[in-house]
Amino acid sequence: MSRHIQLTEQGRLKHFLSIEGLSRELLTEILDTAESFSGMAGHQIKKVPLLRGKTIINLFFENSTRTRTTFELAATRLSADVLNMNIATSATSKGESLLDTIRNLEAMHVDMFVVRHALSGAAHFIAQHTAPHISVINAGDGQHAHPTQAMLDMFTIRQHKKQFAGLKVAIVGDILHSRVARSQILALNSLGVDQVRVIAPKTLLPAHVKDMGVIDLHDMAEGLADVDVIIMLRLQKERMNSAFLPSESEYFRCFGLNEAKLKYAKSDVIVMHPGPINRGVEIASSVADGPHSVILQQVSNGIAVRMAIMSMTMQSHGVSA
Amino acid sequence: MSRILIRNGRIIDPASRLDAIGCLAIADERILSVLSEPAGFNPDTVIDAAGQIVCPGFVDLSARLREPGHSHKGNILSETRAAASAGVTSLCLPPDTKPVIDMPSVVEYIKDKAEKAGYPQIYSIGALTHRLGGGELSAMFGLKQSGCIAVSNASEPLANMLILRRAMEYAGSHNLLLMYRANDASLSGDGCAHEGAVASRYGLPGIPEAAESIALAQCLELAELTGCRVHISQISCKQSVIKIQQAKKYGLNISADVAIHQLHLTENDIKPFDSSYHVIPPLRSDTDRKYLLAGLANGTLDAVSSDHQPHDLDAKLGAFPETEPGVSALETLLPLMLALSDQKIIGLSHAIATLTRNPARILGLDCGILSPGSPADICIFDPNASWEINERNWRSAGRNTPYWGQTLRGRVSHTIQAGKIIYSLPECS
Repeated sequence: MSRHIQLTEQGRLKHFLSIEGLSRELLTEILDTAESFSGMAGHQIKKVPLLRGKTIINLFFENSTRTRTTFELAATRLSADVLNMNIATSATSKGESLLDTIRNLEAMHVDMFVVRHALSGAAHFIAQHTAPHISVINAGDGQHAHPTQAMLDMFTIRQHKKQFAGLKVAIVGDILHSRVARSQILALNSLGVDQVRVIAPKTLLPAHVKDMGVIDLHDMAEGLADVDVIIMLRLQKERMNSAFLPSESEYFRCFGLNEAKLKYAKSDVIVMHPGPINRGVEIASSVADGPHSVILQQVSNGIAVRMAIMSMTMQSHGVSA
Repeated sequence: MSRILIRNGRIIDPASRLDAIGCLAIADERILSVLSEPAGFNPDTVIDAAGQIVCPGFVDLSARLREPGHSHKGNILSETRAAASAGVTSLCLPPDTKPVIDMPSVVEYIKDKAEKAGYPQIYSIGALTHRLGGGELSAMFGLKQSGCIAVSNASEPLANMLILRRAMEYAGSHNLLLMYRANDASLSGDGCAHEGAVASRYGLPGIPEAAESIALAQCLELAELTGCRVHISQISCKQSVIKIQQAKKYGLNISADVAIHQLHLTENDIKPFDSSYHVIPPLRSDTDRKYLLAGLANGTLDAVSSDHQPHDLDAKLGAFPETEPGVSALETLLPLMLALSDQKIIGLSHAIATLTRNPARILGLDCGILSPGSPADICIFDPNASWEINERNWRSAGRNTPYWGQTLRGRVSHTIQAGKIIYSLPECS
């Protein structure tokens, strides 16, 4: 059922909530569409009128300046009207329920919600309960999914590696709490890479991570051997000095990416990170700023990919991309 | 004076190993005769039970009625009426009401409300600790005197093992049954789903099986140390079944039940983020379910409870982790139990025993049996009648069931409690 909640009867994108259930063809279409937008950044006029007259609300129940900004830029470049709402600091703290917030905003004739929420499933819930003409894009829900981030990562990988077949990809760090990793794993497998490895201590891996179609490893030498892509995840400071991890220095020694560990990978490996990075915690500055790093390209690709997803979901409203 | 004659029904009474077609006579609050009609018996009501099964009324070990304290979710009247329509004649009310059942006045209040409602017999379970806080023993003797049938800490954690030990010793001194829901709060944390493949994939905070089985192992050790009679409530996983089986083999005086939904659903049935599947303990893996079913079939698990937890709409509206756990389950109890018998997992008589004599024996009640002189608590149902779960047929104030809109087989036509017809299916009356 709700596996297909994000698709129309014709199999087109209505919402964008998760990578789950989306075919390789559809994911490829998103990447192709994003490519057509990515050239625009160099133009004098960076706007297209695809979503002119449409109203998009960035509904952030959890603070995130970077993700919100790229969504805002993407919407602006599609000529939509954008309203930012930081609910983390307003309505729900006054006891208003998630549903009431949605209903109130719906009444203002919006066309799309871009939602970030601290709980897994929040975007699904909103998509199920919102008016049928509204599209919902998941900008991160709890530990469940961050599908636009995953797609911009796929876009960046394709830019550098041309195709997914044959690639070995390692995702390193706090997989357990990472919605980004969950979406990346689904996307990489759907797009047909050769191997997805996750590298972390067991405290930071989901109990049944193997069922997600990955190889789980606890050692960087073994895990990075011969990989084409390394994705480093951000480690939240609150995991330190807790039951998850003893200390920053021990984590960096075991799982931090430095130049020595980078040598285990293929010579043309690319290093990615969804940001914001913790220098010296999960990644050394020399690697983050080094020749293999594509971290800043990920950020610029984020705009084109989000433009693609926004315009594709709005096609169900008769907008043609 | 009420005299009821039930004719032509298939009488199944697991306690007396009876399965035969015949009549059953009731005079006042007791059963007068089974299979034979006493000479000169002059009933004022005759029920024709042709094609139906006549069995003892169901005894539910755990049903939340939401009163006192949470009457926006349901109340004693609405939920006991639902229970009556489900064939339940006795039910146990866990102590996590508001105020908590830790004082005789609360027990009295519930008794009073129950009498006015006039549906199934409600047995209050007293709080094991003061306000269920987990740190201080409740006044158990007073609770017992006011009518509490057992003590438990509901789903609330105890401060430490010493409190559980002392609670067992004290409850044992007053010959009170201690009901225990095994959960190590530090291991279950803020989990809302089984720590398995589904929670891993959907990023839902997980509850490992060990959260239950470790707490259970500790409880069993203390039951042995103290000699307290312990009932393990609503287990969910393989290791718990194994541990209970071992403990029983070893001779420990314990019993256990499982909630009906755990016998039917697993993590794989959860539709993504559908809060009607949010229950605690969570829906586990296929392996766990297989062990629960085997445990039921081989007698390791004595009874099946509804674990009825009605909710208002708002409680289930939200992102999965923030919704409240629990299923409104009384009215699906019989059909789901019959389905297990249809699937040849357990025999029909055994299925009925897990809802009648077995829970009654755990509680030390003399009901759950159809023999002359026993309380006239009786359920009559049509095992082949299909009905749809919808607004028209549903009585509980809580509509939070994963079975909403589905058609189930097996429907109660009459419920008799203490010789009084407390429910008859509108079509039959």
